[in-house]
Amino acid sequence: MTTTLLIRDDVTESNSRAGLRCALRGEWTKFWSLRSAGWSVFALALVTYGLCYLSTNALRSQARIDDPIMRVLVGFNFGQFVMGVLGVLFLSSEYSTGQIRSTVAAMPRPGIVLGAKAIVVGGVGLALGEVLSFSTYFLGRFILAGHASQISISQPGILRVLIESGIDLAIVGLIGLGIASIVRSSAASLSIFTSVMLVLTVVLFAMPGVIVHDMSRYLPANISSTIFASTTPSQLQGTPLFSPLIGLLIIALYAVVLLAVGGWMMTRRDT
Amino acid sequence: MIKVRGLTKRFGDVVAVDDLSFDVAPGQVTGFLGPNGSGKSTTMSMIMGLNHPNSGSVTISGKKYKDLRWPMREVGGLLEARAIHPGRSAYAHLWSLAQYGGITKSRVDEVLELVGLTSVAKRRVGKFSLGMGQRLGIAGALLGDPAVILLDEPVNGLDPEGIRWTRSLCRDLAAEGRTVLISSHLMAEMARTADQLVLIGKGRLIAELSVDDFVACSSKQSFKVRAANLDLLIPALEDAGALTLREPNSCLTVMNLSAEAIGELALEQQNALYELTDLSSLEDAFMELTEGAVEYRAS
Ligand SMILES: Nc1ncnc2c1ncn2[C@@H]1O[C@H](COP(=O)(O)OP(=O)(O)OP(=O)(O)O)[C@@H](O)[C@H]1O
Ligand SMILES: [Mg+2]
Repeated sequence: MTTTLLIRDDVTESNSRAGLRCALRGEWTKFWSLRSAGWSVFALALVTYGLCYLSTNALRSQARIDDPIMRVLVGFNFGQFVMGVLGVLFLSSEYSTGQIRSTVAAMPRPGIVLGAKAIVVGGVGLALGEVLSFSTYFLGRFILAGHASQISISQPGILRVLIESGIDLAIVGLIGLGIASIVRSSAASLSIFTSVMLVLTVVLFAMPGVIVHDMSRYLPANISSTIFASTTPSQLQGTPLFSPLIGLLIIALYAVVLLAVGGWMMTRRDT
Repeated sequence: MIKVRGLTKRFGDVVAVDDLSFDVAPGQVTGFLGPNGSGKSTTMSMIMGLNHPNSGSVTISGKKYKDLRWPMREVGGLLEARAIHPGRSAYAHLWSLAQYGGITKSRVDEVLELVGLTSVAKRRVGKFSLGMGQRLGIAGALLGDPAVILLDEPVNGLDPEGIRWTRSLCRDLAAEGRTVLISSHLMAEMARTADQLVLIGKGRLIAELSVDDFVACSSKQSFKVRAANLDLLIPALEDAGALTLREPNSCLTVMNLSAEAIGELALEQQNALYELTDLSSLEDAFMELTEGAVEYRAS
């Protein structure tokens, strides 16, 4: 057995320190080298286009409705879950497999690891989200052409819906990542994520009381329901809602807080 | 060069590592030996900056792990239980690590070649055998061509050919002047691979000695000694040419000295001997030590 382990010039790059740039490259490779990445993109496209087709097609035989873009983008409600799960698993699977130990050994500042992961999840989510929202819009417009309900980018609010829906997808992915950075376990992170996105909404609406109803407008699900619609209802079942832009800022704040707490905890705890 | 100083790590009530200090010098293979649960993996995790000690410190060439500018190029580690995502190919795993370390793609090919995984590089790690997984871990450790290499139970689950391969790799790495620390709970294996031994039990240092000393003594008689004042007795025994291993339960294992000599030295010091038992060889002594440590831990 001969081993050639001499230090080679091309092994090192002229760079002062392993930092975010290196971490970003590593995480980018990691993201796309798992089969789950391809499957998730496929699932996202399937759910957004498929549901768009089903729900928009039904509109063709109906009288004109108020907010057809909501029906066109109905798949985004489910696409959010796919993105959130992707965000969770991108980190929690590293804990369940022990991979995180190799990662943190390579980058002993875990905050930078989480930052790189956030940029990858946020970037992929944003790109996918925008591509999906605009392409779904064209699909919906094509299906509705010549029928009572029409959508057009020139109508008020439509462009905003398309742009913000893509941003929403990225933010939900980051919320998933943020939860995983605090909780670590895949099962626990996923159940917390679904509770926050889905179950809590049902629970809060089932409970009587003004305070509870008032709180429900802070829920991501209710915030995204305003983002996916061009004519904003100011109330939902008697609950006041935030405007889409404020809503977007609120969920972005959730993501930032979760990631900041998670990054701090990753630095403090044993890996 | 690794310097471990006063390292202590608790997990709740369990003291996994207890005031541990030792050095790992370059240019030789240092074996880190101790029974199951004695704190080897915990210590190695602390050296790699993964676990945070409750007290004490570790430095690598004078620096803390987290202050290393390019950790992968300075320290390579094979961590316990394959810290690798099974869903990725071997190549993608190494390439992502290489990017973290600012290391070129050609180096990935090189380490794959070195550990003999080139032909299966595109296969998913989940499909790898234990030995292939171990080789991939070693490839990851060598990726940055580091001067310090830590391998936690590298021969665990390997066949004789794999064990031979790992042993000669460690020897070659040390011969190139690197600092090599490998852990094991198998004394015989360590005696064949390492130059220097660090023995621990119950998270505490039992002895640092060279394998030559170990081998020289292992066929000779050794004795288990208990005395009123061990701190006084140990230097005197060592001056007389003995090798001593201190056990966690205030016993002493003494090698390379006759029972008569030990008894007379104690008498000179007015140091009461409570026990002087024949252990026959160091191998037995280590077994005894190991059992002592395990018993002590369980109680
Ligand atoms: N994360 C943890 N949480 C709680 N206890 C732990 C943890 N890691 C290790 N321990 C405990 O610390 C002690 C030392 O464990 P460690 O894994 O370091 O031993 P080891 O010498 O590597 O053993 P082995 O030869 O079995 O690998 C054990 O009692 C173990 O149960
Ligand atoms: Mg271990």
